[in-house]
Order: sequence, then C-alpha cells, then structure tokens
Amino acid sequence: MYVAVKGGERAIDNAHDWLAEERRGPTDVPELSVDQIKSQMTLAVNRVMAEGSLYDPDLAALAIKQARGDLIEAIFLIRAYRTTLPRLGHSRPVETDKMACDRRISATFKDAPGGQVLGPTFDYTHRLLDFKLAADGETPEAATADPLQGDMPRITEFLNRDGLIQTEEPSDETPRDMTREPMEYPAGRPLRLQALTRGDEGFVLGMAYSTQRGYGRNHPFVGELRIGKVAVEMDIPELGFAVDIGEITVTECETVNQFHGSKTEPPQFTRGYGLVFGQTERKAISMALVDRALRWEELGEDNLGAPAQDEEFVLSHADNIQATGFLEHIKLPHYVDFQSELELVRKIRSEAQASTLKEAAE
Amino acid sequence: MPQDTLTGGFTEAPQQSARAFRSLMNALARPGTIEEITGGTGPAPLSAAAATTLLTLCDGEMPIHLAGGHDTDAIRQWIAFHIGAPICARNQAMFAVGTWQALTPITDFPIGTPEYPDRSTTLIVEMDTLSNTGATLTGPGILTTAQLSLPETAAFQQNRLLFPMGVDCYFTAGTRIAALPRSTKVEAH
Amino acid sequence: MSNLDPAQAARQSRMSLLAKSEPSRLAALFPALADVPAHTWLRTPEVGAVMVRGRMGGTGAPFNLGEMSVTRCALTLPTGEVGHAYVQGRDKDHATRAALVDALMQTARADEVQATVLAPLTAEATTANSARAAKAAATKVEFFTMVRGED
Repeated sequence: MYVAVKGGERAIDNAHDWLAEERRGPTDVPELSVDQIKSQMTLAVNRVMAEGSLYDPDLAALAIKQARGDLIEAIFLIRAYRTTLPRLGHSRPVETDKMACDRRISATFKDAPGGQVLGPTFDYTHRLLDFKLAADGETPEAATADPLQGDMPRITEFLNRDGLIQTEEPSDETPRDMTREPMEYPAGRPLRLQALTRGDEGFVLGMAYSTQRGYGRNHPFVGELRIGKVAVEMDIPELGFAVDIGEITVTECETVNQFHGSKTEPPQFTRGYGLVFGQTERKAISMALVDRALRWEELGEDNLGAPAQDEEFVLSHADNIQATGFLEHIKLPHYVDFQSELELVRKIRSEAQASTLKEAAE
Repeated sequence: MPQDTLTGGFTEAPQQSARAFRSLMNALARPGTIEEITGGTGPAPLSAAAATTLLTLCDGEMPIHLAGGHDTDAIRQWIAFHIGAPICARNQAMFAVGTWQALTPITDFPIGTPEYPDRSTTLIVEMDTLSNTGATLTGPGILTTAQLSLPETAAFQQNRLLFPMGVDCYFTAGTRIAALPRSTKVEAH
Repeated sequence: MSNLDPAQAARQSRMSLLAKSEPSRLAALFPALADVPAHTWLRTPEVGAVMVRGRMGGTGAPFNLGEMSVTRCALTLPTGEVGHAYVQGRDKDHATRAALVDALMQTARADEVQATVLAPLTAEATTANSARAAKAAATKVEFFTMVRGED
C-alpha cells in the first residue's frame, strides 16, 4: 500500500530559522568572522579543504561557520559547491622537492641533508590545557634564525642511490579521475591515492592503525614528512607555456617499509605515499600506510585478508560524504516501508501464535 | 596566438549558453525540427551554429575531432582558447565537426558500449542549407513524421540498428541547427 | 617549454607573481597607475576549478590530488595588446587587474607598471617567504650525541 503525504513545510522553515539563530548563539557574544576562522582555525580549514577536495581557504572557513563547526557538514557544503565550478584544466604535478618547507622531519635519517626542521608542531607539547588561552593570554613571538639555504633533497632518494628502495617509475600517463567517471575495480594506485587523499581522516587513520596492529602489517617508518608551500603550475594553451596559477600548502609523507622480498621482488625497502592539502599530518601519514598496504599485489605479497588490503572495501568506505549521506538518510520519513515491515511482523507473530496454540491443543 | 582566434566566444556566457542549450535540447528532442542557435562565432569554415554548439556542450575534457577542411590552425587555436578541448583522432572523439563528406564513413567513430552507450560521438555535420524536405523521420519525439534534408539515408539506417549504441548527429547551416538522434528511423523520400 | 624567449620568460614570471598575490595588495597598488585605458573582453572573468596533480612517491606517475579555485580572464586594450590572467581564488576584480597589468606590460608603460605594481609585489613576496623560512630555520634541530653505544 502506498500512501502519499505532504506537509511539514512550515515546520521546516521554522526549523531553518531556529538553526540560524542557534548558529549565531547568544548575541551578547561577538560574532565569529570568516577571516577569524580562516586564520585561527587553520587545521579545521585544512581538513575541510582536503576532504572537500577543493583548495580555497575562504570557502572552507565559510562552510565551517555555516555548519556550526560540524566539519563533515562543512565538507558536504564544499563538495556541493565544487560541482558548480567549470573545470578549467589540470595542473602539472606539483614538485614537492621544491617545497618551501615549514616542517621537514625524518624518523629514519638523523643527519638528513637540510636538517630536521620541526615547524609549528604539537609533537612536543605536554597536552596540558593552557588556561592562559582562555584568559586572552599574550602570544609569544616565534623565534627566527637565518633561513636555511639550498634545497631539501628527498630522503628516500638516498636509499635509492644504493638500489635499496623500490623505484617509483616516472611517467606522464593521464591519471583516471574519480570525480569524472564511475569507480571500477581494480582501481589502480593513482585512483587509490585520489580516493585516500579526499577520504575521511578518521576512516583512513583507523585503517592505517589496523595495519600497525597486525592486520596486514607492513613495518612502516616515516622516511620523510614535509609540510610547506608548493607552486601550482598549469600549461596555458593560448600562451604556449606554463605559468604558476597559485600556491598551496600541502603535507607529504613517505614511508619506508621493510620488505623481505617476494616471488617477484628482491628484498628491499618499499614505499607508501601520502600527499594531502593543507597542514594535515595525521592524514598524510595514515594515507601512506594504507597506500602501502594496498600495494600487496603489485609487490607480490600474500593477501592476508586484512581489511586494509582490500581495495574495494577501503575505497568504497573512505568517503565521508557518501557514508554520511547513506547513513543519515535512514532518519528521513520511511513511514510506508516501515508500515509494511510492521504488517509482516504482525503476520509472522500471529502465525507463530496460531501454530503454538495448535500444538498445545494436540 | 593571433587575436581573431581569441574572439567569438560567449560575451554573456550564462545567458547565451542557456539559450543555446535550450535550442540544442529542443532540436534533439524533436528530431527534424530546425532551431535557431547563436552566440558564438569561430573562424571559417566553422558555422555560427557549430561554433555555438561546441561552446555550449564541450569543455577541456571533451575530445573533439576536426574533419577535413575544418582541421585548420585557426579553428584549433579558437577551440584551445575558448573551450580548451583536446583535438583527437576519429576513434577517440566525443564530438566531431566537418562536412558530411569529410565525416564519412561514420562507422569508425565510437558508438559507446552496452554499459555506457553515452560514450559515443556526437557528429556536427556542416551543411550548405537545411530544410524540412527530403528524408522522412519517425520515432521518439516525432508525432507522425518529420522531414529533413539529410545528406544520405543508408548510414543513418545502419546507425539506427546499433541502438542503444550509435552516434547522434546535429546538422548545422549558418545559425540553423537540426538533430537526428540514434533512436530516429530514417526512410528515403 | 623551457626554451622561452626573454619576453615570454618575463611574462611567465609576472603572471606567476600576480596569480599568487593577495587580491587586497594588488587592489591597493593598482590605483597608482593613472589613466588605465578601457579594455574589451576576449573572455569575461570566469571562476572555475583546476585539478591539481601530484606524483606517486613524489617522482612517479601522476595522480589527482584535488581541485583549487582559479579565476581567469582575457582582455584587449584599444592599442591591441592582449592581457591574460589566471589567478588563485574567486576574485574577478583581481583577475581583471592582473590581466590589465599583463597587457600594460606590453606597452610603453612597462617600466611604470613594473615599478608601481610588480616590484612592490615581488618585494613583499620575498619578505613574506623569508620571514617564514626564518621561523622554520629556528626550529631546526641541533643534535648533541650524549653517549654512543659500543657493545
């Protein structure tokens, strides 16, 4: 039986008005500006840009304000907006070895050329609440030193010189784009990396952690982690040459993984790779671990049946907008479906009751 | 890049592309109906109708094949600036522009796959004139019958047999445009 | 594409500088240019997205990292020079100013535009980059080996 209903329009309008009022909060507290969010909630802005898959700090800050700080809702707003933008083209691959690094560390090479640069990190904070911040405490000024000269070479290249690490074969193949064509499996590494870099931070972190705990273990070390600005360069057909069309902050993580060799590959170090918009270190490290776990097949490793080795499982569940859309839709009206379920349960119960009575009578 | 290839794009893109899209949609929904379409102009021999169609339907990820006399430097550069689409061979084309003579045989254009019949070429056939005379059209979007001055009938009859795969055609002359989707039956008059 | 003639190389560097500049800074410097000629649009300012790519492992095959917002436009001056702009973000006025600067740099007023707009933007970019690099340098670790194990 199908029952069409309408109504609720007034209730919805009023709910939206109340939502706007709740978003604003008490009016005796100054309103938060988009600029404040952009410049003081930068890591939230970075997450929204990474998972919204659109680098635009102003829009991400606006989305966070509109979503009352619900980052997945903010990511949803960004994803919806980006579909309205015409695609003007694609950039040349960003050259992360030319990054202006705010941070660059290696957990494997103490004396890395270019040095260990900590940058603005939480790593060595004591995780004690700082009540000075609640009391409008003054901010200490950052110390300065003479800028480091010269490039910061990629650390894995040192291992590469001795042939001890698997080589990334350079290519200029056009990568498939999950925002342009339906996902098909096997997806291949370029599509996996695209899905992981825009995937949910919590999901990718959980998957990465599962590999560390033994579900598809791959012994990772952080070969290098760097955060900083890179130029984005695009070929301009009407000019006949490429120009920088902007500058973005990215986090890059390369893991170095023990590898005892397989039927097809010699014993060597292998790599996992993470590259994410913004200062998004936890996500980039997680991405590198999951990337490495998903590479079992090309490296000739055994499939241990671990969730993080299952490409289709990881890629189908990494997107928080898909996930939340499907999850949250079950709270919307399903009166008709539920009515038929209810009928079914009643029918089964009455049949069961009837047969019990019958047995008792016999 | 010479400047004449930098002109001829939409000056009011939202309005012009919406109007042009409506003409294109009506033409395809009512096979044989001749619509006016304006807004863009490209280098000769590209007609205004073909130029506007490309501006409206194509972008940087839509490979275009330029057939015969339409494969000129000026048209290539015009497309590069205004659309950004890659110019490609026949077997990779999502759109193809040219005279009927240059486009035939149409059998080497992609016709899609059973799973993705949309991955097929849309042909833009440049004509000297366009009129409601000649071949008889029947099928979806046509109340009884329609007539259109098609360059031939056999190729379109073959194409109809491929349904749901096959190519779709626009016919352009000056600022006039008509369409023949793969679903239309064609009979010589 | 590395073999650019000097005019192309100069154009590449100024367009790159303008793309990365703060819209508010260009807006503040631009009015110092007197009598900017009227322009005709070749392409009205358009906000769009560019898919940014990375390389697997930094050096391997490309993959799609995500999009960034970009505004572009093209215009021509009454004297025929064509100005192009591709700038980061969604500010159409910023793109227009950048295209005007690009066009004016092809005229006799190049030196004036260079001194009034491009030189200050270059200086500010250099200052901002070195200020950040100086803070990064202050967080470079100096290791002191306390004990080196023998057995």
